[in-house]
Amino acid sequence: MRHTLSVLVENKPGVLTRVTALFARRGFNIDSLAVGPTEDPTLSRITIVVMAADTPIEQITKQLHKLVNVIKIQDLDPAESIDRELVLFKVNAPPDRRHEIIEIANVFRAKIVDVGKNSLTIEATGTADKLSAMEDLLRAYGIKELARTGKIALARGSREA
Amino acid sequence: MTKRITGAEALIRSLEAEGLEVLFGYPGGVALPIFDALYDVESIRRILVRHEQGAVHAADGYARVTGKPAAVLVTSGPGATNTVTGIANAYMDSVPMVVFTAQVATSVIGTDAFQESDITGITLPITKHNYLLKDARDLPEVVHEAFLIASTGRPGPVLVDIPVDVSKGELEYAGPNEPVLPGYKPTVRGHAKQVKQAAALIARARKPLLYAGGGVLSSGGTKELKELAELMQLPVVTTLMGKGAFPEDHHLYLGMPGMHGAKYTNYAITETDLLVGVGVRFDDRVTGKLSAFASKAKIVHVDVDPAEIGKNKRVDVPIVGDARHVLASLVAELRRMSAEPRTNAWMKVIDDWRGRFPLHYHPSDSDVMPQYVVERVRELTRGRPTVYATEVGQNQMWACQYLRITEPRTWVSSGGLGTMGFGLPAAIGAQAGRPDHLVVDIAGDGSIQMNSQELATAATNGLPVKVVILNNGYLGMVRQWQELFYGKRYSSSTLPQDCPDFVKLAEAYGCLGVRVTEPGQVDGALEQAFEHDGPAVVDVRVAREECVYPMVAPGGSIDEMLGGVPGCPVSEMLDDELLEEVWE
Repeated sequence: MRHTLSVLVENKPGVLTRVTALFARRGFNIDSLAVGPTEDPTLSRITIVVMAADTPIEQITKQLHKLVNVIKIQDLDPAESIDRELVLFKVNAPPDRRHEIIEIANVFRAKIVDVGKNSLTIEATGTADKLSAMEDLLRAYGIKELARTGKIALARGSREA
Repeated sequence: MTKRITGAEALIRSLEAEGLEVLFGYPGGVALPIFDALYDVESIRRILVRHEQGAVHAADGYARVTGKPAAVLVTSGPGATNTVTGIANAYMDSVPMVVFTAQVATSVIGTDAFQESDITGITLPITKHNYLLKDARDLPEVVHEAFLIASTGRPGPVLVDIPVDVSKGELEYAGPNEPVLPGYKPTVRGHAKQVKQAAALIARARKPLLYAGGGVLSSGGTKELKELAELMQLPVVTTLMGKGAFPEDHHLYLGMPGMHGAKYTNYAITETDLLVGVGVRFDDRVTGKLSAFASKAKIVHVDVDPAEIGKNKRVDVPIVGDARHVLASLVAELRRMSAEPRTNAWMKVIDDWRGRFPLHYHPSDSDVMPQYVVERVRELTRGRPTVYATEVGQNQMWACQYLRITEPRTWVSSGGLGTMGFGLPAAIGAQAGRPDHLVVDIAGDGSIQMNSQELATAATNGLPVKVVILNNGYLGMVRQWQELFYGKRYSSSTLPQDCPDFVKLAEAYGCLGVRVTEPGQVDGALEQAFEHDGPAVVDVRVAREECVYPMVAPGGSIDEMLGGVPGCPVSEMLDDELLEEVWE
């Protein structure tokens, strides 16, 4: 099962390494990882997406809790949390096909952020499903480069801690 | 205004503030500012070892016998990397210590400078926490935090890496601030509801068993464990790490379970209806095949580390908390309930097993049996305050089986990591912590050679440890496995019994050396060593191919043991009449 862990940590050097190394040495593959400071500059939030059964995820959560710099961990329930990802697509776009691509971008409420002679760069945000759907459509034109931020997530308002 | 002092001086003041009495160490280039600052310090005893691994094991032994966090100081690069095995050992056995490594200057960190190693990176998975200092002003606080983290909750090693410019740098020292550790809050008291549940199970159980480990010792809960056991007449098994948590001459004591546990101990686990694990981690050397371990029992698990609960075995009543507190609250709850012991019939079954399947070996008039040597050590130290250390291997298992540990913190053995070379330096550290005790290291000829250079440390620091080598000319446990599971193909496990000549080796280091080749010489040699006022080595040439029995094959179910009385299933061995009483 896919789990989204939201890990609140002290914003100190080496903390990300401590967290990710723990996954690595227990044989887990991290699907996605995003990290950045929070409203409190002394804290960072790490969002980790990982495939694991319930028992091993419980063990890794407990092990994460043991790290001195880890303050809080939430295993986010998809139904009760908001998650987003940002992606940049650089798509092959000869002048005669540009309008089609722009139309796709509009449908997905994405933005064109750069225009080259034969390419367009599109910025899109959304859930992983939405971004995958968009990627499928754009593949027909040829994706030259792609960068995804990894998922960030927060519990919904009702689940505020 | 506070006077400015150097980082090195601040380190020493911080160590004094923590009450540190002994520092195990080895100097080197970038550690010199600190060693120089220590030159005139009288409050902290320095013990110069011969290898940094020895320093960490010595600190480990010191911490185990005193219960206080120990400290180590070494240099950068190889000095730091040589501590790795010792740190891993302390981590696996939850031993509180702080390891200070010197580091190259902050300006050259990351350039592969001479004697640089990324020791915080290297020790990330084997420390409870570690620090790379960047500024001398952080030093007092970090040292205080390091000792706090090392010695609270589940204890463990903490490493502090100090670049040379930090130890040379200046700061205004005003003692440590209160540490700010928002993510570090060990749970001490067990949840009241769960304690109640556990007490109710204990009060109801007909065949309960206490399964106690190192956590009982590190929490200081041995008195509470005994109180609980006696109140409800609960039989007690202790793990290798838990030896000494319960007096081994007590009628409720049932030995060490697991791979080399006695048959009656393992049968008790197999048949129990309530296993109360306290400060144990259900290690595979204890449980064997997990599905068969205590499979008829409800399981209560008390541990200060929530990650240990349910890690290997499903638990019915989990209690996160310090073993001493939880044991005390269990006793209080059972008293409140006016619970009565119900284990009379169960103890009869156990005593019957004890009588029929005792630990045993075949004595010999010609060969010195290793078990006999351990028995003689036990008898000749009886009534005398003694700390027993062991190396790793057959010697360790015979020590587990045939010594009687009756006092807490008098047993020093490498459990989780199984570190060969641990015993001698750990004994040295133990001797530093308990100068009034006789310290005996039960050794093997293979294991002792991994850190025998520390005989020099013992001799030159006035630490009169006694090493009893069960010399069988093999890596004995390896040979045993090769005999049982690899068709007697003794690949790379044979050591010449006379190389080195341990008597000459002892003498070369200024220690007493005695050799024993016949059973009749054992007592005299041991007495001579124990009475000698310096360190001594007794080289006992034992029966070469003796095995440690009983034995559970790796991955096997613990009631299926090799050796000892020819095996038959537990069900056939239960006396029917007694059984009826238990199941009434």
